[in-house]
Amino acid sequence: MTFFANFSLVLPEIVLAVAALVLLVAGAFRGKVGAIFTLAAVAALVAAAATAVLGPHGRAFGGVYAADAAATYAKVAIYLSSAVAVVLGDRWLAQRGDQKFEFAVLVILAAVGMGVTASAGDLISLYVGVELQSLALYVLAAMRRDDAKSSEAGLKYFVLGALSSGLLLYGSSLIYGFTGSTHFSQIALAAAHGGSNGVGLLFGLVFLICGLAFKVSAAPFHMWTPDVYEGAPTPVVGFFAAAPKLAAMMMFARVLGDAFPGAVDQWRQILVIAALISVFVGAFAGLAQTNLKRLWAYSSIANVGYALLGVATGGEIGLQSMLIFMVLYMVDVTGFFACLQALNRDGKPMETIEDMAGLIKERPGVAIAMTAFSLSALGLPPFSGFWSKYYVFKAALGTGDVMMQWAAVLGLVGSVVAAFYYLRLIKSMWFDAPAGAVDAPSLSARAVGFAAAIFSFPIVLVALVWLDPAAKAAAAAFGHA
Amino acid sequence: MALQAIAFYMLAFVTIAAGLLVVSARNPVHSVLFLITAFFSAAGLFVLLGAEFLAMLLIVVYVGAVAVLFLFVVMMLDVDFAELRQGFAQYLPIGGLVGGILTLEMVFVAATVATNGAAAKNGLPNASPGGVPNTEAIGRVLYTDYIFFFQLAGLVLLVAMIGAIVLTLRHKPGVKRQDIGKQVARTPKTGMTLVQIKPGEGISE
Repeated sequence: MTFFANFSLVLPEIVLAVAALVLLVAGAFRGKVGAIFTLAAVAALVAAAATAVLGPHGRAFGGVYAADAAATYAKVAIYLSSAVAVVLGDRWLAQRGDQKFEFAVLVILAAVGMGVTASAGDLISLYVGVELQSLALYVLAAMRRDDAKSSEAGLKYFVLGALSSGLLLYGSSLIYGFTGSTHFSQIALAAAHGGSNGVGLLFGLVFLICGLAFKVSAAPFHMWTPDVYEGAPTPVVGFFAAAPKLAAMMMFARVLGDAFPGAVDQWRQILVIAALISVFVGAFAGLAQTNLKRLWAYSSIANVGYALLGVATGGEIGLQSMLIFMVLYMVDVTGFFACLQALNRDGKPMETIEDMAGLIKERPGVAIAMTAFSLSALGLPPFSGFWSKYYVFKAALGTGDVMMQWAAVLGLVGSVVAAFYYLRLIKSMWFDAPAGAVDAPSLSARAVGFAAAIFSFPIVLVALVWLDPAAKAAAAAFGHA
Repeated sequence: MALQAIAFYMLAFVTIAAGLLVVSARNPVHSVLFLITAFFSAAGLFVLLGAEFLAMLLIVVYVGAVAVLFLFVVMMLDVDFAELRQGFAQYLPIGGLVGGILTLEMVFVAATVATNGAAAKNGLPNASPGGVPNTEAIGRVLYTDYIFFFQLAGLVLLVAMIGAIVLTLRHKPGVKRQDIGKQVARTPKTGMTLVQIKPGEGISE
């Protein structure tokens, strides 16, 4: 394969990296963020998504980078959600007079990292991609450096992220030691001929899964999530809860689907347990929360649990359910945080459930959108959250494995528990006495919120017609490393 | 052969002893010094393996830059040493347990590799395959086979740099900075104002 053939495969990342460098220089010299700057960042992300769709499929640089249907599917979702984050974040920072051109650059660089992990074919590209993404996210969390909570969020995220990177690396080194290769296809080959190296390899796999579980904030590795979500700027949290989650799920799918397809029985147990703990931690710990950002942190932990259930199911159907679940969840969570960032009272963000009292009278549009997201997260038909859970549970029940079927039943029980806090939020918005006037929401946040809400109900039915085969094709791409 | 064995055991002993002292030394400055010792002995072990390039890299990058930077940071921080030690006993049991487990696993890994060999290959891998010195061998693959990783690592460093600047750079208003362009462009007209002073009055300001 020629040099240029390799580069044509990684074109989406190159487009983004070049755009980040150009924007960095432009920002450093002009020092201001105007509409054109934000627009250029959005254009770069959309262009990268388009290149991912239109570009050739294949494996670059000796197989360390896979451009296949799965990578395309994930990248389109990741890049578009990053583009939304750039728009929302720039507006939010501008409202607070704390605009930084680095925000868009860091989001783009994080998107590069996520893109690389989504098409990783090798432990090294997986790790470097994770680091690129995480480092950018740490900085984004601490972006409001004069805000003590934001700094705390950044530091906590950084320290625990470094620990998880250590676990990831330790696992990778064990896997490399026992298989003699960092390449997923070689690892799969060595794992298939297990023999006496099997146990050591499994140790490596466990460490790797622990590291990835940290990144995806699955329980019992979720401790950082509520604190980081509470402290980080709201639009950044909306970004955290969407794109990086899909990227981390893609890592799970890549590692387990490409490198360890033969060890399903071993990793399925780990994932099912992590998934169920996540669902229940998310459901029960969420009951005690009053801050909405913390509440949605626990909600995201629970949702990660459902997605992990899809990964644990494995195979084409399981991975398809995970991919559909994640994309529908990303739209919901982006919409919710867009609404949350739109709501301010006397210039202060409204972040607790009490703040939302009587919102339906003050801001009926936003209240209805947030109701839609809550009902969707609850899993009520016909909202998108119902369809995403439907896919996961259908896949889990269809395996014929008793453990998976019980896991699906317990997952349903967990979602019933979680229903309480979503309904409490809805009750507060619709039936409580208003707590005072709400400032006029910014146009971009409201637009994103409404668009996501409309997606969550009527559009999702149309979107699924397209999403279903796309995710199926993507899921079929795993296991061919 | 005997000489090599003596060198190996000496370097290995110093590496481990220095590593222990890094975490047990009471004074952070001493810790950094032991860290340098540990890096240095590890570089010696690399030389014994025939990997001179890695050895030199370890000294240049870790001893030369990183460790000296640590030293500066530690010396400049006003660390309250007594306070620093307080939590030690509290974390000792759990830390010891985790350390013990990790040690056991590493012994387990080492034993398996020693008996089975690392995957397919048995015995030590050749540091200079085909007579190519390892510096040259790394140079041959770094910008060809590994160009993707190399460039990505570059982006990671870029993010680290941007992050450091975003989180620490503050544009303070009222700070006087030298602007050479402005200085050169200065003319008598811009640099001087002619004021008509009335007798008996001073200049305002």
